[in-house]
Amino acid sequence: MSGLTFAEKALARASGNESVRAGDVVDVRPDVMFSHDNTAYIRKIFLETGAKRILHPERVAITLDHAVPAPTTRHAQNHAEIRQWVREQNITHFFEVGRGICHQVLSEEAIVLSGEVIFGSDSHSTHFGWLGAFGMGVGRTEMASLWATGELWLRVPETMKITLTGHLQSGVTAKDIALYILRTWGSGGGQYRAIEFAGDAIATLSLDERAVLTNSMAEFGAMSAYMPPDEQVFDYLESNRTRDYTPLYPDADAIYSQEEVIDISALQAQIACPHSPDNVLDVTEVIGRKVHQAFIGTCTNGRYEDIAIVAQVVRGQQVQIPLLVIPASSQVLLQATRDGHIATLLEAGVTIGTPGCGPCMGNHMGVPAPNDVAITTMNRNFRGRMGTGDAEIYLANPYVVAMSALAGEIVAYDEAVMVGD
Amino acid sequence: MNTDHHVWVYGNNVNTDVIFAGKYTYTLRTEAEIQSVALEDLDPNFASQVQAGDVIVADHNWGNGSSREQAVTCLRYSGINMIIASSFSGLYFRNCINQGIRPVIIEDLYQHLSTGDTITINHDAQTIIANGVAYPIPEFSPSVEAILYAGGLVPMLQERFNTE
Ligand code: SF4
Repeated sequence: MSGLTFAEKALARASGNESVRAGDVVDVRPDVMFSHDNTAYIRKIFLETGAKRILHPERVAITLDHAVPAPTTRHAQNHAEIRQWVREQNITHFFEVGRGICHQVLSEEAIVLSGEVIFGSDSHSTHFGWLGAFGMGVGRTEMASLWATGELWLRVPETMKITLTGHLQSGVTAKDIALYILRTWGSGGGQYRAIEFAGDAIATLSLDERAVLTNSMAEFGAMSAYMPPDEQVFDYLESNRTRDYTPLYPDADAIYSQEEVIDISALQAQIACPHSPDNVLDVTEVIGRKVHQAFIGTCTNGRYEDIAIVAQVVRGQQVQIPLLVIPASSQVLLQATRDGHIATLLEAGVTIGTPGCGPCMGNHMGVPAPNDVAITTMNRNFRGRMGTGDAEIYLANPYVVAMSALAGEIVAYDEAVMVGD
Repeated sequence: MNTDHHVWVYGNNVNTDVIFAGKYTYTLRTEAEIQSVALEDLDPNFASQVQAGDVIVADHNWGNGSSREQAVTCLRYSGINMIIASSFSGLYFRNCINQGIRPVIIEDLYQHLSTGDTITINHDAQTIIANGVAYPIPEFSPSVEAILYAGGLVPMLQERFNTE
């Protein structure tokens, strides 16, 4: 019998089956289930079903991150309802306004571990593959059902394997690998399959960069994404974990629905043009485009390394357009502050926001004006994503975004800017 | 027991935007409103002429696109209980079951039928009979069958928790 993919192994374990195969329908009991500002809405559905108590409050995690600090009375009311619910139901893992974005915070807190299964009422739940967990986004009704029963049915997905070889050139990041994947196979290329990353190049990527890739697979249409965890990952989880775990790895003879290889050494910096994340060109093809606003942040690219890159780029200079930096978590902000990066940013005229999603959902804090062009490290550039229908959004890596903020137009990575750092 | 059903036949890659246009996501609220724009951009006759129990038959990748639940509920409010397609988008397949519509994969059945034709469901044998040919209706796991039997995830939970 042929071998098993990571998804098949993780879902067999979480469904209490000896072995499951792509196409099987199984009932999965996730180790962690999480939601965010949408928790109050899920609560409403939960109560409509007649359920009274969350079955496993110790497996539930909630972050307030999508509209923080509350921009309107209505948002504040929503947060208040959620806090009340957390107390009523004795929910174990609750993270307040300012702690950061769900995916980043639950990673930092080691709420989910390698080999485990985590379901979130958020499409970027693919994120948790960076640490070797099976992460999947679910609907609000499904989350209500998970609270009530602790389990959810699932069709075990087929898996696409993407092998990464080589190493990135300077000025090229994991963001560019993600955009290149979208460019090559389209935003439907993942087709609700699981994605497995493999190859020697993974070891050359920092943990921050690995998370960019698994996170971005949401834009690829993937149900889940995975990277084989190594010692670096285990070290990261070690100080905060509260239970033992056993990582899972795919078998060498697992069956894949598609296998691709990317030599990342050959990769140039990429940019997604309006209004789709798979409308991707080389950055060099759009240089000179005027931009009015720049934003570094989100669960995709708001981590420590992203901020360190911006600091490196803007040191001793002044941004020509508003550059907003929103750290993905308070821990990221703290580290960047300790290392002096935040001071560097402030001196260069950069604005720092409260850890959270910021303008990523168009809620507040950095919404563009009509006809503005924004350049950002976020993950989606659909029309209106930042809150304004006739604004244009370009997606690029943090070097390109920061350098473009200095120039007021889209520029390619220039090694000279980095000299003397 | 056998039941007869009229079919609505469509092609390849019908996406969630033509099933239920994104512009209505936050403006239409009631069942009647949501039903009235079902498949608006694909088949202007559908919403006004569909009958309870009708079946949709389509080619590959039915329901690709967004995860919006209205792309399923607008059909359920139209009385659709079953969609047969050569294949479904994974998310749509999932939403179908959670909303109580049975997704059935039969490769290329759409080629043998036209809108207005009749198919027969044999509920004892769990088959679909079209043009004299019987196609099996694959059975799902007990938990999924329970959702479909109850008419969706919420009704299933309601049955479970209201009797406790
Ligand atoms: S940062 Fe953006 S993509 Fe990430 S969870 Fe928040 S709203 Fe979603």
